[in-house]
This record gives sequence, C-alpha cells and structure tokens, in this order.
Amino acid sequence: MTTGTRRPRGPATGRPGAVWALPGALFFALFAVVPMVLVAYLSFTDWDGLATPAPTGLDNWTRLVADPVMRQAVVLSLALTAATWAVQTPIALLLGVWAAGPQRNRAVLSAVFFFPLLLSSAAIAVLWKSLLDPNFGPVARISDALGMGSGNILGTSTGAFTAVVFVSAWQFIPLHALLYQGGARQIPAVLYQAAEVDGAGRLLRFRHITLPQLRATITTSSVLMVVGALTYFDTVLILTQGGPGTDTTIVPYLMFWTGFRGYELGYASAIAFTLVVVATTASLLMVRLTGFGAMRSTREGM
Amino acid sequence: MRSVARTSGRAAAAAALSGVLVLSACSPRGDDDHAGMDVWMYQDDLAVVQEAAIEEFNTGSTVHARMIPVPGDGYQDKLRTAMGSGDVPDVFFNWGGGSIRPYVEADKLLPLDDALAADPELADAFLPSVMEAGQIDGVQYGIPLRGTQPVILFYNKDVFAEAGVEPPQTWQDLLDLVDTFTEEDITPFALAGAEGWPQQMWLQYLVDRLGGPEVFGRIQDGDPEGWRDPVVLEAARTVSDLVDRGAFGDNFASVNYTQGGAPTLLAQGRAAMHLMGSWEYSTQLSQAPEFAEDGLGYLPFPALPDGEGDPANVVGNPTNYFSVGADTDHPDEAVAFLKLTSSPDYVRDMVANGEVPTTANAADLLADSPSPDFAEFQYQLVQDAPAFQLSWDQALESRIANPMKTEIQKLFNGQSTPEQFVDAVAALR
Repeated sequence: MTTGTRRPRGPATGRPGAVWALPGALFFALFAVVPMVLVAYLSFTDWDGLATPAPTGLDNWTRLVADPVMRQAVVLSLALTAATWAVQTPIALLLGVWAAGPQRNRAVLSAVFFFPLLLSSAAIAVLWKSLLDPNFGPVARISDALGMGSGNILGTSTGAFTAVVFVSAWQFIPLHALLYQGGARQIPAVLYQAAEVDGAGRLLRFRHITLPQLRATITTSSVLMVVGALTYFDTVLILTQGGPGTDTTIVPYLMFWTGFRGYELGYASAIAFTLVVVATTASLLMVRLTGFGAMRSTREGM
Repeated sequence: MRSVARTSGRAAAAAALSGVLVLSACSPRGDDDHAGMDVWMYQDDLAVVQEAAIEEFNTGSTVHARMIPVPGDGYQDKLRTAMGSGDVPDVFFNWGGGSIRPYVEADKLLPLDDALAADPELADAFLPSVMEAGQIDGVQYGIPLRGTQPVILFYNKDVFAEAGVEPPQTWQDLLDLVDTFTEEDITPFALAGAEGWPQQMWLQYLVDRLGGPEVFGRIQDGDPEGWRDPVVLEAARTVSDLVDRGAFGDNFASVNYTQGGAPTLLAQGRAAMHLMGSWEYSTQLSQAPEFAEDGLGYLPFPALPDGEGDPANVVGNPTNYFSVGADTDHPDEAVAFLKLTSSPDYVRDMVANGEVPTTANAADLLADSPSPDFAEFQYQLVQDAPAFQLSWDQALESRIANPMKTEIQKLFNGQSTPEQFVDAVAALR
C-alpha cells in the first residue's frame, strides 16, 4: 500500500499511503473512538461523577428498556426526524432549484433567505422563545387577535413539538437549499435544451431531469437532516426545556438531563451509546439503500 | 509539597477533634506555605459583601484568602467537576441540603460541629431555623452567608383597589379572589409554568400547610414512600382544583420567569398575585421601580382549612451557605473566616445591599435597608417561623429533584392526575 503499484519509484504520485491517513485517524481515535469506548464502559456502571464508577452489570440497560421516559424520547426523536425530513426536504429542494437560476432577483432573494445560516442555534432559539411568549410575543398577539386562543404554544404538547420542528426548519432550510442550489447548478444545461426541443414542459423537466440529477444531493441532504434531527439538542434546551412535562424530551436532551442535571452518568452513558448506534445505523442504511456509497454517476450514457 | 501540607492539615484537624486546641494554635503552619485559601463564590451583584469579608480576613491572617468568582449558570457543574477531580475548594458557596449531600456522602466536606461546639457564640448568632437547613443528617456542614429568601405571596395593590377587594387572609378569601379576578379577565396568580420550580413553591406550601414540615421531612430523609402520605395527594388535588378554577390563567405552561414573563404580568396588572421568592422584590425594583415601591404588596401564604401545619411556617431558600472542604490545608483559618459572616460589619454590608440577614442581631440594623418595610416583614416572617423548609429541588439530590419538578409540571398542566402524580414521584429512586 505504501508504494504505488503503477509507479514503484514514485510513491508520492501514486495512491496516497496509509501514512497520509494517520493524522486524521489519530484525531478520530482520540476524540471519537476513545470516548465511545469509555461511554460503553460507563454504561455498565453506576457513576455520580464523584466516586469511582461502580460496575452494576446490565442494570442501566434493563432500566433503559423499561423506562417510560426513554420510550417516549425514542418515539419523539423518530417523530422529530420524520417531521424534519418531510418539512425541510420539499421546501429546501424547491427553494434551492429556484435559487439556482441565473436571474439577479433570485440572487438577491437567496441572500436574504440564507440569513438564518449566519445565526447561532442558541441565538435562534432565544429569538423564537421571545416571539412565542404567550403574553408579550407577537405570535400570541396575532393568535389572540384572530380569536385562536391564548397563545399557549410552548405549553401544549403538539404546540411545543410543532415549534421545535418549525424553528429547526427555519434554521436549517437555508443550509439545505444551498446544497440543492449547488446541485442544481451542476446539471448540464444541454439536458434541458434537449428536453425543450422534445417539447417537455417546466414540470416534466423538473420531474425527469432535475430530480434524478439531484439524487446524490438529496441523499447528502437527507443524511445530514436525519443525523442532525437524531442529535438535535440546543433548540430544545432553550425553547422548551423538554417540556411541557417530558413531551419534547428527545433522546439527546434526555441524555443531557440525566447526565448533567441529574448526575447519573452511568445511565446517561447507556442513553448516549444507544444514540450513537442508532444514528450510525441510520446514516449507513440510508447511504446503502440509496446507492450513494457506490458513487454511481448521474451522467451515465451522456 | 502539597501532600505534606495536606497531611499536616489532617493532623491539625485531628488535634482539634481531640480537643487539644492549644496545639493547633501553636503549630507553625502557614509561615512557609503560600498556597493560600480559595473561596469559591457564586458570582453576582451581592458578592461584594463576601469580597469585603475576604479583604478583612486577609488583614488579620497569615494565610492569604482569595475569592474565586464562578459564573452563576455553571456553578453547580463546575463545583461537581472540582469535587470529582479531587481539587476541592477550601471554602465554597452552596445551597445546603441536597446540593451538598452527595459531597458529604463522598466524605468531601468538613463537619463543623466541633467548631460550633468550641464557639457557642457562632452557633447562636443565626436564626435556628436557618442554621438547621445547613445540616445533613443532623451534622452541621454549612454556615449561613447570605440573606434569607422566603417564598411570599406578592400582589398588585392597584389591581386589588380597582376590583374593590382586600388581599387574602384565609384560604376561602383566596378562592373567592380567584373567581373575582377571573370574571374581570385578570389572571388571579401569575405563574411561570415553563420552568417547573415556581409550581413547586405552590405544592410545597400546600403540603406544609396541610401536614406540616414532617411530611416532606420523611421524603428528604430518603423514604420515597413518604410521597404516599395522604397529605401529598390532598395537596395535589388542591392544585388541580386551583388550575380548574382558572387560578393561573390558561397559558401559564408557556410563561417563563426570566424573559419578561410572570413578574411583568404582575407589574402590568394583568395578573393580581404572584407566589414567588423574596427576590421578586429586587426583580421588580430593577424592571419596574415605580411599581416595586408603590404598587407591590406582600403577604404570608394563608392557612388551609383543617390544615395541620403551622401557618407561620415558611418555605423557600433559608439562605446560602459556606462549607469547608475536608482536605483543606487550612481548616482553622477556614472556620475563622466563616465566623466573619456573623460579624457586625458583614451584617451591615448585607443590609446596605438590600439583603435580609439571618443573624439573630439583624433586627436593629434593618432600618438602614434600602427598603426597610419589606426587610422588616421578611425578617419577622422568618424569625417567627417554627420551620423554614428548604425548597424541595434544593433539599433533594438533583437525580430525584429534576424528575420531581417535571412531574409537578405535568400535574399543573393536567397531563397527569393527582393520583398519577403521587405514583410517579413515589417511584423516583
């Protein structure tokens, strides 16, 4: 491996050797693998952060399986992931394809659309928390004026969940639209010209050229969304604090809550490990099922 | 070097324990030891009092004390990390109760009983109910360092005058007022329901008025079956009843305390009353100064019919405490520093800063407070209280306290019935 097979004398110009991967591998081992191994070990112990971890066998894991809050958190995390994908993908796709056009007004408007990208998650959550305040926020005033109730949005289960989905969409649609914009600009114009000659309309062109050509982008964006939604945290922390009750306590928030507010670090490790396994599996599955890993070209036969 | 000093510290502590105080007083420790004494302090506007005390301490001591201000938000986390890594501060700020119990159980703290036995004046310097909240299983680990923060029923005088009603003296008054204000489209009680701890104040007062401090005392001592006391269920039913009557309005679950929430509702007259810790006064003073000075009324929590608890009891944060790390190199100096918290200068500084000290001698000084009436009211309330129960979420370990607050939230939100609430909290281990 270290010496290229095609040019035995010039390894530098051949395929990069394993040494090239060493810094990255070391970094990954130190900051990802080692902590994960530690977390796996801690999940079999009882640890309050003060004394030395006391091995308790499978206690944390049996508790995890039986814990109603954990079950609710898993359901909520899955629901949040599904909702995130379902809401963000169509909007981001259309927005990105639209923004890919060469017109000047589109460039200006996309710059405005991408504005939330500049804000940190925490700032966005604080901003929306103020906007959604039941007594002093504009959203409550509007709903009051429309006779739609008292603006108790974050205090109801569906309201709080919808708010989390909405705020994350507001925050992340620009990023995904940017991906789709880039993807759409890569599509050769000649395809559209050919279709136009054949008499295909706007919709047909979108359906038969744009969508298939964006397949790789859709996969990239979806993996980002799914893994992002599974590990979503800051907005929940600031906007709803997992409430009302535990109705927006998704798995990452439950992990934080158990580990760093309740100081049950052993049990929190079990939750964390579950999350790592689920998120990794989900992204691997998606890459496999969509054939993204095979890197098949979208331009075959051109 | 460090471990040598530590061993000599232990030896000195052992000497003190056996009552040979003379020995440790003569020990040469401190002459060649420049490590000094670290005092961890919760960083806020009130810490100037402790800063002055440290300065005073340093003028008369061979051991140099140094204040380490820790930003409030991360205080508990940082303390926990320090405790876990063995780098325990010499003296540190805390909330007493459950906030230090894990450290006591891990032998990280120095029991102060001997120091108090050697100096009865220090023990008698503070109000007994406040001193008690600095104990873990009957052993003193904390010395009061700050003003007291009882939970008080605040009300908006203008709203009451406009409605032509009087502030509630009895439970029936309170229920009548709920109806009166609901009809006038004013929220009877502002409640920052998004955060959990304000609901806890209600339930805690109800349990105390119905069954006395013993009910929670049993739970605090580690018996989760204590939640199954019929008093807890009755208190939970009272909560449901209040919610159903509209006592807290219909959107309290979204209301917060910090971002212009509940206090603003009270100040603007959109809510008539607000059950809150005494810091509500300073919150209002900074957010709505005119209202705080003219429009803000305050009352003790009323008695409940057939309640067995003494209506003079209060709940809240008796005060904050200084505790001493077990491994400190300077146990004697640390205790000497703690004694400063009852000194006249210290108490005078606190009063000038708007705090209500918990020392027995504070009564005469309260006239110098920026708000003497309110200070006097608080001091009387605490002095006359047979029991001052620490906030539940501070009294219990966070492992239990956090899910408990969530369950209280669910009870208020109607997401669980009083029966389900009792089952849920009794199941917390």
